[in-house]
Amino acid sequence: MARSARLNVVGKPLPRVDAWGKVTGRTRYADDLSLPRMLYGRLLLSTQPHAILKRVDVSRALQLEGVLAVITGQDVPIRYGIMPVGQDETALALDKVRYAGEPVAAVAAVDEDTAEEALSLIEVEYEPLRPIMSIEEALRHPEPRIHEYGPFGNVHRLASLEFGDVAQGFAEADYVREDLFFFQGNTHLPMEQHSALALWDPAEGKLTLWSATQTPHYVQRALAKALELPESRVRVIATPVGGGFGGKSDPFHHEICAAKLSMLTGRPVKITLTREEVFYAHRGRHPELLWVRTGVKRDGRITAMEFQAFLDGGAYSSYGPATTYYAGTFQTITYRIPHYRFQAVRVFTNKPPCGPKRGHGTPQPRYALEVHLDKLAEDLGLDPVELRLRNLTGPDEVTVNWLHITSNGLRRCVERVVEASGWREKRGKLPHGRGIGFAVSAYMCGAGLPIYYNDMPHSEVQVKVDRSGNVTAYSMAIDIGQGSDTVIATVVAEVLGLYPEDVKLVTADTDLTPIDLGSYSSRVTMMVGNAAYEAAMKARQLILRAAAERLGVPARRLEARDRLVFDRRDPSRCLPFAEAARLAESRFGLISTVGSYRPPPRLGTYKGSGVGPSPAYSYSACAVEVQCDPETGEVKVEKVWLAHDIGRPINPILVEGQIEGSVYMALGEVLMEEQAFRKGQHRAPSMLDYKSPTTKEMPPVVSILVETDEPRGPFGAKEVGQGPLLCVIPAVANAVYDALGVRIDETPITPEKVLKALEEKAKGGPGRVGPERKPDFAFPEPTRVERPPDWPHPPREREG
Amino acid sequence: MAEAIVKAPVRLQVNGQAYELLVPVHRTLLETLREDLQLTGTKHGCEVGECGMCTVLLDGEPVLSCLTLTVEAEGRQVTTVEGLERAGELDPLQRAFAQLGAAQCGYCTPAMLLTARSLLERVPEPSQEEIREALSGVICRCTGYLKIFAAVELAAREAASDAGRQQR
Repeated sequence: MARSARLNVVGKPLPRVDAWGKVTGRTRYADDLSLPRMLYGRLLLSTQPHAILKRVDVSRALQLEGVLAVITGQDVPIRYGIMPVGQDETALALDKVRYAGEPVAAVAAVDEDTAEEALSLIEVEYEPLRPIMSIEEALRHPEPRIHEYGPFGNVHRLASLEFGDVAQGFAEADYVREDLFFFQGNTHLPMEQHSALALWDPAEGKLTLWSATQTPHYVQRALAKALELPESRVRVIATPVGGGFGGKSDPFHHEICAAKLSMLTGRPVKITLTREEVFYAHRGRHPELLWVRTGVKRDGRITAMEFQAFLDGGAYSSYGPATTYYAGTFQTITYRIPHYRFQAVRVFTNKPPCGPKRGHGTPQPRYALEVHLDKLAEDLGLDPVELRLRNLTGPDEVTVNWLHITSNGLRRCVERVVEASGWREKRGKLPHGRGIGFAVSAYMCGAGLPIYYNDMPHSEVQVKVDRSGNVTAYSMAIDIGQGSDTVIATVVAEVLGLYPEDVKLVTADTDLTPIDLGSYSSRVTMMVGNAAYEAAMKARQLILRAAAERLGVPARRLEARDRLVFDRRDPSRCLPFAEAARLAESRFGLISTVGSYRPPPRLGTYKGSGVGPSPAYSYSACAVEVQCDPETGEVKVEKVWLAHDIGRPINPILVEGQIEGSVYMALGEVLMEEQAFRKGQHRAPSMLDYKSPTTKEMPPVVSILVETDEPRGPFGAKEVGQGPLLCVIPAVANAVYDALGVRIDETPITPEKVLKALEEKAKGGPGRVGPERKPDFAFPEPTRVERPPDWPHPPREREG
Repeated sequence: MAEAIVKAPVRLQVNGQAYELLVPVHRTLLETLREDLQLTGTKHGCEVGECGMCTVLLDGEPVLSCLTLTVEAEGRQVTTVEGLERAGELDPLQRAFAQLGAAQCGYCTPAMLLTARSLLERVPEPSQEEIREALSGVICRCTGYLKIFAAVELAAREAASDAGRQQR
């Protein structure tokens, strides 16, 4: 590709632009901020999982010296939620509590100790209701209803779709297999606890909120709604986020309460969640029960697949309507499935709401699918890699559910991992207790549709160049550690012939920066990167035109590089960038340019087709080698090989960092992490009990970058923040099977489960731990969707 | 109000600077550093000693400042991340963390840096096992730790070659 032929900073292992602030402690996170006369806010949490709220008496708390305000549900009664179809939350419980840990009151006081004491003086009277704590209970007990909306009982959302003709596909099969899995819920556990600082200016009638959020634009909208303010009177500034992973993508109680308390007291109010409260804020991985049935030809080619998912949504909607569809959307992105049926049900339970965690709703079905295929390969006497190779999608295809694949490096990812890991020498040949497992996965580069329907751009960037040669890029993107600041600076620097550190950034401020929808769905490199590219190209054209006039050469012969603008034929004819910028400002006035990005239109038009379309898809393949102890059941991951189709890396250090971080998070999920409950209460709302991997559990990771030069990506780039997590989880499960011959069809794979499976196997059983039967639930008849006419070839006329 | 708050005078040396403070006896070193001295580089984590975010050095040894009372630091040397820079020069660990991408969200970075600094003082060229052991009390959810290990190794190597040059 011509434009990426001679790159100066893109693709180079340069330090992140925000590295210096982070290694010196100068980066100011939300909880590091304080303002004169600032008050401290705290939330009172429900002790009950499900109860009518009879009475909340705050009178004694209000009398405590140093307490400035106390609010309850009546003070913030307006419903909000991240999705237009999920406006089911209030900042404080109104007439009912739906999970233990749900905020019921909030106080603002002169210091934390006083705020804490005030909480103890609030009297709450509950009338307990039967708590609904699992998928099975929610389906079995339509009453008591947790919410008064949804199709029926405690069902929140349903999806039921059939692409092609599944009956015909199974009729063509030589062999059919079905399996059932359970994926346990787990949480993001960011090291920074959520924090928000609100400042109400009564003279201007304006609210400013600094918050550790991944989605300042959506928080602005939710605050405006919940507090009945015009959006123009709400300014949200996202502070550098100390770990998000999806957990800071919703508007939260403490943000609205801090704002309301500031409006009532006329003083700034900060609320920082405690570690325990972060477990209740949650929005993490949905527990899911997954059933998959696949028909294949004798040679392993898939003829049809059916997939059913039962999602435990917790007490509120959050992103749940999207999660419901993500349970079934991306199976077709890795494998050519000619006929596919997908059905899902999301239920409400009396637990903290589930939402998007890294990979949003796709690690669970990917785990089920990849372990299922491993078993299918064994049934057919095929190597698991070989089975996959016979079914992989390729570049420039359309899937049976109408998703358009552009670049696709999956086959190369598989080949590279097989080679690097020594798969062919190891699989089935390692000593008892040692094993190797394999899996593949795919993820989107940004959701094709915004959270609320509109036809405006998803991302806009402004670039300003001033007469000193200063370049500033303005974007609402927020760096959550993934490196979005570095991506913007690198793209702009590349276009203007500068270095990333030359580009100043103003980010994530709804007053100062043009729109970006947020750091979620792996959208930032693709969407902000493209908008930044467009804005910088426009500035470049003006600067080169002005320089061309001065140098007396045609603008098309000029190049910008190393902070110089020069004639490609005669590099001695050159100007410093700053001089060229001055000439451009003299010639054209203020150099301030804009770029906007809108994803391409989706191909599918069926109901539910809004979830899944993306400008491009990233691909990953992974092999994991484990050492298992048959005496203790302990699984130790020895090494991970992970190849990722990145399109092209904007910065390979960042890409490797995302791969290693994804592997880490996946290992936590598959081996130890669980958001589990007992008697209506969170079983482990502390880091001591909620086990996550430390330095001692992290294996070496061999990261392999596969480049496919994505035509829609900025400089050919695709996502890497989420995709590499997905394949690691099933690869570990498959490795345990290779090591011990037992199947743990339920996460996390704990020593207890391994031992139980080994014992069962020793007694002559199948050696499996996992769910035994799926709930009796009649899904609605699927909506039949025609297969794309030239499947798997994309329809030509609809896209350029 | 509850019972009167008992305060005590404390003398601290923080990053080489002397402070005389009057603090409630139950005030933690974390609160004193962040709220009284505005040294917000030390991060507020779980406040119960589980995550390691608030690690500072007390006479060169890593301690959890959320579990350390300010009065316990009486007369002792406290080093925070702000104290790693010397006369505007970054510590080799800081440079290595930046160069190798060992900081992603950056929230655990101050604790990682200080713990690693203490390790390198004791063991100038640690093995990876020693690095893993020393840093095991600080949780990082972004990096998978690998770039952190590499950065500590790099800083140790650079310090060793600097020392070698000085000897020659």
